[in-house]
Amino acid sequence: MLLANLGAIATFLAWLSCIYASVMSVLAVRKSRADWLESARLAAFLSWPLLTLACLLLIVLITQGHFEVAYVSRVSSWNMPWYLKVTALWGGQQGSLLFWSWLMSTFIGVALLRDWKQERDLYPYVISVLSITLAFFLLLNNVLENPFVTYWQDAFGTVSTALFPPSGTTLLIPEDGNGLNPLLRHPGMIIHPPMLYLGFIGFIIPYAFAMAALIVGRTDDAWMRVTRRWSLFAWLFLSLGLVLGGRWAYDVLGWGGYWGWDPVENAALLPWLSGTAFLHSVVIQEKRGMFKHWNLALVIITYSLVVLGTFLTRSGTLSSVHAFAASSLGPVFLSYITLMAIVAMAMLFYRWNSLKPERPLESWLSKEGLFLLNNLLFMVLVVTILWGVLYPIFSELFTGQVITVGPPFYEATTGPIWLALVILMGVAPLSAWNVGSAKRLGKMLWLPAVVGLALGIGLSWLYQLRWESAAGLSAAFFTTLVTLSEYFRGAAARRRTKNEPWLKAIWNMAIRNRRRYGGYFIHLGVVLMAVGIIGVELFQTTTQGSIPLHGSLQLAGYEMHYEKLNQFVAPDGRSVTRAVVSVWQNGRQVGELYPRQDFYPDTQQTSTIPGVRSTLQDDFYVLLVGWEPIAAQGATFKIYHNPLVNWLWIGGIIFVLGITFAAWREEA
Amino acid sequence: MANCAEHSVIQLAANEQIFIPKPYIIMNKFIIGFFVIISAVIGLIVVNTVNTGQYFQTVDELLSNPNMQGRNVRLSGAVLGDTVTYNTDTLELRFEVVHIPGDQKDIDAQGGLATVLYKATTNPNAQRLKVVYVGEKPDLLRNEAQAIMDGRIGTDGVFYADTLLLKCPTRYEDQVPQQSGQ
Repeated sequence: MLLANLGAIATFLAWLSCIYASVMSVLAVRKSRADWLESARLAAFLSWPLLTLACLLLIVLITQGHFEVAYVSRVSSWNMPWYLKVTALWGGQQGSLLFWSWLMSTFIGVALLRDWKQERDLYPYVISVLSITLAFFLLLNNVLENPFVTYWQDAFGTVSTALFPPSGTTLLIPEDGNGLNPLLRHPGMIIHPPMLYLGFIGFIIPYAFAMAALIVGRTDDAWMRVTRRWSLFAWLFLSLGLVLGGRWAYDVLGWGGYWGWDPVENAALLPWLSGTAFLHSVVIQEKRGMFKHWNLALVIITYSLVVLGTFLTRSGTLSSVHAFAASSLGPVFLSYITLMAIVAMAMLFYRWNSLKPERPLESWLSKEGLFLLNNLLFMVLVVTILWGVLYPIFSELFTGQVITVGPPFYEATTGPIWLALVILMGVAPLSAWNVGSAKRLGKMLWLPAVVGLALGIGLSWLYQLRWESAAGLSAAFFTTLVTLSEYFRGAAARRRTKNEPWLKAIWNMAIRNRRRYGGYFIHLGVVLMAVGIIGVELFQTTTQGSIPLHGSLQLAGYEMHYEKLNQFVAPDGRSVTRAVVSVWQNGRQVGELYPRQDFYPDTQQTSTIPGVRSTLQDDFYVLLVGWEPIAAQGATFKIYHNPLVNWLWIGGIIFVLGITFAAWREEA
Repeated sequence: MANCAEHSVIQLAANEQIFIPKPYIIMNKFIIGFFVIISAVIGLIVVNTVNTGQYFQTVDELLSNPNMQGRNVRLSGAVLGDTVTYNTDTLELRFEVVHIPGDQKDIDAQGGLATVLYKATTNPNAQRLKVVYVGEKPDLLRNEAQAIMDGRIGTDGVFYADTLLLKCPTRYEDQVPQQSGQ
């Protein structure tokens, strides 16, 4: 009780300090008072220790089982392992919003700690924009979704929740809580949500810089460089969050799927797409002084999409595996997004004329032109996916009939655009600044194109020759060849001039141009991911059947033998039914798998966990679907054969390593 | 450099020259490019929306509108636990769903999803619909769960679901779980 009050007070004080900082920083400029600015800065800093305290208190409340706190009661229970109790901090609406605010205050703290020599004039406005944003989220934490409210019971037994006791009530302390949703009781819960949150929230810094630059009227690129690094950082975590989410779904939730075009998955993909567009086009601004309006617009759009995604997840507007239940957040959030986007766009138009490009665009086939094409394709993806997400809302508005679009829509519509992007990744690195010559590009590209086509059609033919897979794999091979030859060309030149061995030449070349070669590495990761996606989307086969003990099922050259069925109760109370199956290929045993079902008696919920044999070639993925009474021993299995799917994860790792390499150190 | 005639050439030094293309030609080139790409994508979006769009229907709406027969529909209803049968040999899952309102506002007005589902499953007069789905039996399929299904209603009055999503709001008010089958 005392701890809960302390938490509520800390959250409230953090809110006050943010409001103070946002007002004081602007007043400080108006009145030219350095001491006021310093005080605003300290106030903005102060939100971090306060929110850290609030989060720690909430964790203590959860781990000590203070079930009189409504949030604790909803997301935890006695028998949960301690690590899941900690993750319960972000296991429900209120706690995760507090965690979100805490992360944001951390970002703000770090941003304010950096050296501000070049951007001194932006400083007050950056403080102000950041504090206003945090104050908005803290408004939600304090007023609408406070995690520290406790249960109160009156004489008639009616239970209410409030911070302070309503008159005539006493504190109600339930014996145990509901426990975390079983679907969330997974190690993925430790890392997937925090990574995504870091990615989302990271874009607040570029947004604050962009707004500050617009307010001050800065047209140079110094702030853009700072922004780029922050964006890269946010992008890294967003990418990690997306890949980890895919992996979690593949392991537990998705039954062999990794991406379901679920509205909330889409909401996370949208800022990733516009952020990717920004990271590309910012290069053009730095090197050529072009696309200035566009870059500012992209920063604003990306952050708006972050807020939109948060809104869609948290307001209950859309139903999805990730969504929180309907809540009162909707109207507040919607007003905030609208206001924010309108102010930002108005500022951009106000400064329009001072952001003229330093040179005109010459040709589609020049490097600038291809970067523009890249941006166009990414934004077209954003619009397409946004259309799919919002279509149910619009269709109801205009026809009175809710019409939804699902995975078939997204696959058919975005497929060709992804394909174009993969090909573009192969073409663009070879193009030249300013001039475009089809002849020159053709001369460099015909060989990788022919070889790529041959390899792509060949690999596709091994599984099942379809034009989609042949086109996709050919594009992937083409881009891989071009990218590898770029490394080779650079390293060969270095080897000649500096007389270095191959590996050393590649390393030295890469660390001297981290962005370029880190970028190519990222491209290789993307291409490998594309190969994995093509494999599982276009070549997946499946079978199912009920078999007696020692019976078998066949799929894609494999044979599965059903060896044993065990039932036992795990320490945390779930009852586990586990099958032992052996996997055979060409008369040789290649593995043993343990597909199982966990049943949580307290919530009457089951969770199906597959047994998977993974190789670079394919995954053999077994689900235990059902079983007869234990004496009869018969059981039902569903098996998926997922060719090439591991390249998706390998590509994901390479992708993340590439970003880390590119972002490692600021270049001279 | 096929378009030399369209460029004016500025002589900078004896061996150095830059081309300054006439702006309107360049602008045209880009506008046409944009136009082609954007119209292609709009075409894709429209065609795929029409082909794959699903009508969100309640049990009452679906049963009262003969036009919906054979159409791709997304249907929501409350699961009747007693009617669930699962053939583990064929993975054929059969159950019945009861009408619940489709509009979130109506659901809220009637006391929230959990209450609506409870009322629906205990109301003997509410319209029911038989559902057939082939696949794994989802972990959350039980009495009073909300089933969200994609599929079509056949001439036999049975709903053939291609996908099956379930929501059980009874205890996890905060974090309504949902799971999909294929």
